[in-house]
Amino acid sequence: MAKILEKRLIRPPDVFYFKIDAPQISRKAQPGQFVIIRLHDHGERIPLSLADIDPDEGTISLIVMAVGKTSAEFVRMKAGDEISDLCGPLGQPTHIEKLGKVIVIGGGFGVAPLFPIARAFKAAGNKVVCVMGARSADLLIYEKEMGEVCDEVLVTTDDGSKGVKGVVTVALEQELEKGDTNLVVAVGPAIMMKFVCLTTKNFGVKTMVSLNPIMVDGSGMCGACRVSVGGETRFACTDGPDFDGHLVDWDLLMSRQKMYLGEEKESFEAWKARHPDILTEA
Amino acid sequence: MTDEERKKPKLIPNRTPIPEQDPKERGKNFNEVSLGYSVEQALLEAERCIGCARPPCVKGCPVNVPIKDFIAYIQAQDFQSAINKIKETNILPAVCGRVCPQEDQCEKACVVGKKFEPVAIGRLERFAADWEREHGHRLKPKIAPSTGKKVAIIGSGPSGVTCASDLAQLGHQVTIFEALHEPGGVLLYGIPEFRLPKKMVAGEIAGLADMGVVIRTNSVVGKLMTVDELMEEYDACYIATGAGLPNFMGIEGENLNGVYSANEFLTRTNLMKAYTFPEYDTPIKVGDRVAVVGGGNVAMDSVRTALRLGAKEATIIYRRSETELPARGEEVHHAKEEGIRFEMLTSPIRIVGEDGWAKAIECVKMELGEPDDSGRRRPVPIAGSEFEVPADIVIMAIGTGANPLVPRSTRDLELTQRGYIIADEETGRTSRPGVYAGGDIVTGSATVILAMGAGRKAANDIHKYLMGEPEPETVQKA
Repeated sequence: MAKILEKRLIRPPDVFYFKIDAPQISRKAQPGQFVIIRLHDHGERIPLSLADIDPDEGTISLIVMAVGKTSAEFVRMKAGDEISDLCGPLGQPTHIEKLGKVIVIGGGFGVAPLFPIARAFKAAGNKVVCVMGARSADLLIYEKEMGEVCDEVLVTTDDGSKGVKGVVTVALEQELEKGDTNLVVAVGPAIMMKFVCLTTKNFGVKTMVSLNPIMVDGSGMCGACRVSVGGETRFACTDGPDFDGHLVDWDLLMSRQKMYLGEEKESFEAWKARHPDILTEA
Repeated sequence: MTDEERKKPKLIPNRTPIPEQDPKERGKNFNEVSLGYSVEQALLEAERCIGCARPPCVKGCPVNVPIKDFIAYIQAQDFQSAINKIKETNILPAVCGRVCPQEDQCEKACVVGKKFEPVAIGRLERFAADWEREHGHRLKPKIAPSTGKKVAIIGSGPSGVTCASDLAQLGHQVTIFEALHEPGGVLLYGIPEFRLPKKMVAGEIAGLADMGVVIRTNSVVGKLMTVDELMEEYDACYIATGAGLPNFMGIEGENLNGVYSANEFLTRTNLMKAYTFPEYDTPIKVGDRVAVVGGGNVAMDSVRTALRLGAKEATIIYRRSETELPARGEEVHHAKEEGIRFEMLTSPIRIVGEDGWAKAIECVKMELGEPDDSGRRRPVPIAGSEFEVPADIVIMAIGTGANPLVPRSTRDLELTQRGYIIADEETGRTSRPGVYAGGDIVTGSATVILAMGAGRKAANDIHKYLMGEPEPETVQKA
């Protein structure tokens, strides 16, 4: 059991921040790692990236957006509630070293796990530039937080309501043209990471991505999270989640992510029918 | 012939059949296939045991269950004493009575078996265990006075729990670290409900709590803590993580949607209860046609699970002939009764896909050539014999390798080239004093009972080590 200590709505109506009591995990967890949660005894196991780690306080933080049944159930939980199972830290930490200039780039609520990664690169002595994007200004999250740990935050919005008009790769390209970037780290939807990699490849800048395939056990036992990197099959849970983005077979990842689309919809619809009040509670 | 001998009824040559669910019916449900002996059937079968003076069956058992003694109690209709007797050496009788390959162990050694069918020891063990669950009371095991020593056990599968049980009874304080959210290891995630009901596993593991063993779930050793860290807090450590790393063939199309490792397919079904989806949240895909690659028990479990999940056609694809099938005869027999197709002497070349999903397996026919290292005749492809087996779901049940999480995160632990931990067969000692290992992470995929045997041997040696008998020698890499 793991207790929720704090819950905050960070982007209406459905993106929430949770701080969870996890003293042992917080002492071990490193930026780039993830946990697997199971909310209750009928629940599925889903991986979630760590949005923050505080070993002094003994807590970890997760950002959850209600996109399916499990995440919708999660965002209904309140401070004081307990998650049945919390397992981690899992996966390899992001490799942090002093390189010079690092661009961290995130889309959607993928910006959240970038926070501890950006902070670690900054602490290692790098100049850290964050590029973050959303469809419009009101959908941006973590802008202030990233500002605290990065030298610069570049915002893009599809509709131009804030920052550069367009997708993240527009701002990324402008930044890469300066020619001083040593590494790009991308976290977010697969399609965004794919286009980030296509962009950085033109500039010959190494790009690490955090892959998010479907997982079950998270410890290398089942192989559900198979990804293809450089033509080789790897397990994202134990070999990753970070890989060299220029070697990833993105189409395979996206295809595998959709394996249970029908079931996920069925499960979510049935649940919503039973919970018409969903998302109106914060 | 003495009067007494003359009075003895003549030995029934055949073992008492065990009632089973009708094959057609059971292919549609997850209830147990074998229904177990009634009291009358158990008594009839127990009478077939001749009570040898030096029973070879006991030696045939990796944990030396006092078989003759427990059967004598069944003969005397003292079922509580029968189960208590078994539990002196076996913490998992309901499990072993169901899944042990008795035909290769105790029953193989049975003296009656030399002339007739051997005594159905497994079925009797199961009877005693089930009788206790339904009628008896779980006897609290005798626990020796506390030694003040602490032992960490990694993995709550058959090897870990056996080791834990033995050490706890010797007075040591035992903590088991389990990676998943429930204890049981392969008994829980691997072996299907229809062969081993999960309530049996839970029931037997509950016995550990009676002994004061603490089980910490969601604890992935190698991540949350390392063996090195555990050794600072504990006096000894037993690594029994199993061989949890699924093998794939490395053929084209293996990452298509619809292709599973047996581990994933069975974990979704057994541990996560995907067969009840959407009641439980974890989904599973079952197409009309399911092909399982492999011929072991895990392959049989997978193909029979697929059938129960609703597959119209479920096929085993195996590259050798039926004689070489490594699965237990009983499992093959059950699978055939249920209508499983067997495509023997067939080897996959690639998985054919369409829109990202598996559609068929292209295979080649094989013939048996000269014997290989394993002594079995090596299968050789027949040129030009390629053909397609249509399949929406493909399950790779071709064995497992060593999961690297623990071995690679532990200092000074000698490993084999393939990543298994090197440990002494008789004691479980590794290259590091106080660190022991056993079960599949040492031997590679084996059986529940062999893993239990390894747990027992390690417990014996850990006890000696903790109680200050001369410093044991660690194993050296050959």
